[in-house]
Amino acid sequence: MKNMLDKTDQVMLNILQNSLPLSVQPYKDIAQELGIEEDEVLKRIARLKSEGLIRRIGGIMNSSKLGFSSTLCAMSVPEDRIEATAELINQMTGVTHNYLREHHYNVWFTLTVRSQAEVKKQLKELEEVSGLKVISMPASKVYKINVSFDMEKQNEL
Amino acid sequence: MNYDEIDAKIIQMLQGDLPLTSRPFAQLAQSLELSDFEILDRIRLLQDKGIIRRWGAVLRHQQAGYRFNAMVAWQVDADKADKCGEIMAGVKEISHCYLREVPADFNYVLFTMIHARDEQELAAIIAKVSDLTGLQDYAVLKSTREFKKVSMQYF
Repeated sequence: MKNMLDKTDQVMLNILQNSLPLSVQPYKDIAQELGIEEDEVLKRIARLKSEGLIRRIGGIMNSSKLGFSSTLCAMSVPEDRIEATAELINQMTGVTHNYLREHHYNVWFTLTVRSQAEVKKQLKELEEVSGLKVISMPASKVYKINVSFDMEKQNEL
Repeated sequence: MNYDEIDAKIIQMLQGDLPLTSRPFAQLAQSLELSDFEILDRIRLLQDKGIIRRWGAVLRHQQAGYRFNAMVAWQVDADKADKCGEIMAGVKEISHCYLREVPADFNYVLFTMIHARDEQELAAIIAKVSDLTGLQDYAVLKSTREFKKVSMQYF
């Protein structure tokens, strides 16, 4: 941990992740729960954002319920073409994650776009431009999506 | 579709970062000529419909102390996939678990994202999951470089 979190930070982070009130003044409600002033909640959140611990506060959507199609893709890219290929992928609309991984398939990215047809079109274009095969692995079943961390039990995992 | 143009505007705000002000919905409410209450009601409805999957702060897991993360993909017979997927979902160090359609030359269909604080812990978690599920054949896909990681912008 880059910076020490005090008990109030820890409790606040858990509330922010798991039970952020849907109210007109959510930070005031959190302040009351923590027994501090609203201003202090706002200051603490601003600090944790500037330190990089909090990425953002908002919603995570279910892309398929919004009518979008998403898939996990992988490519086997020769060493000397990795940079150019990664750059090409990064520029595609709807690519949110793109990583180099230790495997024969070494470049992995996620694509979320408006339709199945758009997925096909974009991947076909990528194959044409790169001259490399792209494998597409859409999810057929979701067992878990949970991106919250218990900040009060840092040392108990 | 299950949402209208006003919902799309609300989603556009919620996919980003909520303003850090006392009344974070006020600005959007004013621009849509709605009340804060009406915005909140719509957000609740979007949650009920499952369009908003989760609501709250999103942390950077590296900053949260989880520096050793790996995508681990598991080979599993079709008739055991659900049972194993449910077991994996119950493991707290696993944040994501999906069954995926894969090509024949990549035979690992159950995908998990595992978060650990060091390499040793990662190995221990993988061993634990292997024990719990009885699955022996898996690929550890450690990321060595991040080219891109952004939140999805739908609208």
